[in-house]
Amino acid sequence: MRLFKILRLVTAGFTLSALLAALLVTFAVTMPAEARIVVDVNRGHADPLPIAITDLVGSESDIISGGSVKNYGQRIALVIKANLTRSGLFHSVDSEAFIRSGTVEGNLRNPNFNNWKAIGAHALMNGSISLQEDGRLKVEFRLWDVLGANQMTGLRYFTSPKNWRRIAHLISDAIYKRMTGESGYFDTRVVYISESGIATKRVKRLAIMDQDGHNHTFLTNGKNLVLTPRFSPTAQEITYLSYHNDDPRVYLYNIDSGKQEILGDFPGMTFAPRFSPDGNKVIMSQAYKGNSDIYVMELRTRKIKQLTRHTAIDTSPSYSPDSRYVTFNSDRGGSQQIYVMESSGKNIKRISFGKGRYSTPVWSPRGDLIAFTRQYQGKFYIGVMRPDGSGERLLSESFLDEGPTWSPNGRVIMFFRQQPYDNKGRGGETQLWTVDLTGYNERQVITPLDASDPAWSPLIR
Amino acid sequence: MLEKMNSVKYWALIGSALLLSACANTNTGTVPDTPTEPVAVETEEPVVASPPETVDVETVMEDPATQSSLDMASGNSVAYFGYDRYDLSSDARAALQAQAAWLQTHAAVKITVEGHCDERGTREYNLALGDRRANSVKNYLVALGVDPSRIHTVSYGKERPAVTGSGEAAWAKNRRSYTRVN
Repeated sequence: MRLFKILRLVTAGFTLSALLAALLVTFAVTMPAEARIVVDVNRGHADPLPIAITDLVGSESDIISGGSVKNYGQRIALVIKANLTRSGLFHSVDSEAFIRSGTVEGNLRNPNFNNWKAIGAHALMNGSISLQEDGRLKVEFRLWDVLGANQMTGLRYFTSPKNWRRIAHLISDAIYKRMTGESGYFDTRVVYISESGIATKRVKRLAIMDQDGHNHTFLTNGKNLVLTPRFSPTAQEITYLSYHNDDPRVYLYNIDSGKQEILGDFPGMTFAPRFSPDGNKVIMSQAYKGNSDIYVMELRTRKIKQLTRHTAIDTSPSYSPDSRYVTFNSDRGGSQQIYVMESSGKNIKRISFGKGRYSTPVWSPRGDLIAFTRQYQGKFYIGVMRPDGSGERLLSESFLDEGPTWSPNGRVIMFFRQQPYDNKGRGGETQLWTVDLTGYNERQVITPLDASDPAWSPLIR
Repeated sequence: MLEKMNSVKYWALIGSALLLSACANTNTGTVPDTPTEPVAVETEEPVVASPPETVDVETVMEDPATQSSLDMASGNSVAYFGYDRYDLSSDARAALQAQAAWLQTHAAVKITVEGHCDERGTREYNLALGDRRANSVKNYLVALGVDPSRIHTVSYGKERPAVTGSGEAAWAKNRRSYTRVN
């Protein structure tokens, strides 16, 4: 009952803080009968779409903390450019070209399409930024189909200046959605484990940041070893493993309040936690007397149900987005493989049959794929397969790649990569990486220290 | 030993000490005005009148119930495992037999058996594997007569390697159990 109260409070706090108190107005959206430009997310590497992102036009004399309004307009454009470029689906047309062609100035509502066409842009984003009397920023943008000479979308946002990065992410999401037909993933956060120190005495801290690495915050001080955080799909909560009192157990962390609580009173180690898609349950493993099985806990009632009973290791459970199935990792067949069962624990079926070991299955939020870690002949791979085990594709390869997590639109996977140590004990650098489903767009996510165990948040609402 | 020293030896000791101090004097570089009289002859009261008190000696090297004692008795309190294995090799059994023997003679000691893995596995699977290893060790110690209530287990998976390195030599050292005296 206590937890229920907490959850409700969280929801209330979330609505107030996270929504930027933003009024979001759609205006003047002229939808062309036939969209001329469409970005295919499945072949993003082939020919990224050239888009011109212009600085938002703003006053140089209006000063807010950190710079002029004009300067904020430039910074927002930079964040949008970085987001869209990182997706691999867009190519940001060089802003030097804007100046040469004299296309920066001009009527925001009536761009000279021929000028933009001349510098190779297929799409154009322009807009403006201003400071209102109530101290909030007003930001509006329009997305134009240069070849078709019409507006594709346009939105206006109001928010406090300190939220300017979220505006950039929301605009990025709007552009991505209009161009690809799929939801974006830029207005999201990542919780992960920040690592420092030598391998034998590694210090690990829970940390959170925007998906592009900004707004970084440490959530724990490193006193206790912490591992494998996962975002709640519905609340500002994280479930993770902590070695508090040298007793590894699954905990719940409330991001807004900083409150941490242990989940359940298990006699053995609990680990590998993950939320159910409705956020009401946490599924996890318990290791008791040398045997690991899968359990699920109802968060409101704290009722626990055991789902697997086998002498093998059963771990890394992950729900399908419709909650009907659970995929997990087991060595019941003699080596680590991926299995799928009904969420009641019935009808357990093995789905991975390739060579080597398969582990860490994570169901895509779209439901169409399961991401995994595969070990084969001394290398680690991140890959995807359909829930029936067909269509396996490997997306990354290295000495040690591990721990995939999905972007909320199911198009990008983040994971961590550890470099090997050399014979002098140097190396071992551990970093976060993203790769899209094409496998061609692999990029490092910059973090202040070493990083592992990433978990992508749902879209912030 | 001291009390057994006979008076002859004792006197010899005193005599040589005095001789040494006399020699030391000649090394000071200053010539005394009057010749020094032989000191030993001047001694009026022989020391033999009060024999030395006996000294009770106790050993301070008793075997204490410490980690270093267990480490010394059992090859650093570790047992090693094969890759992705949790069964006990004959070497591991021998090491654990030494631990069990030590635990029998230190019956009040409680221990924590840590299970560890090398880096060649995913984090969550390795936590489960470390738990298997720790419990393998616990079960064997219990079979050798150690009370199970004295043994706590904890798995660190691949989080606390004993050595830093990426190669079979390092990995073999990291696939281990470690018995910690609480």
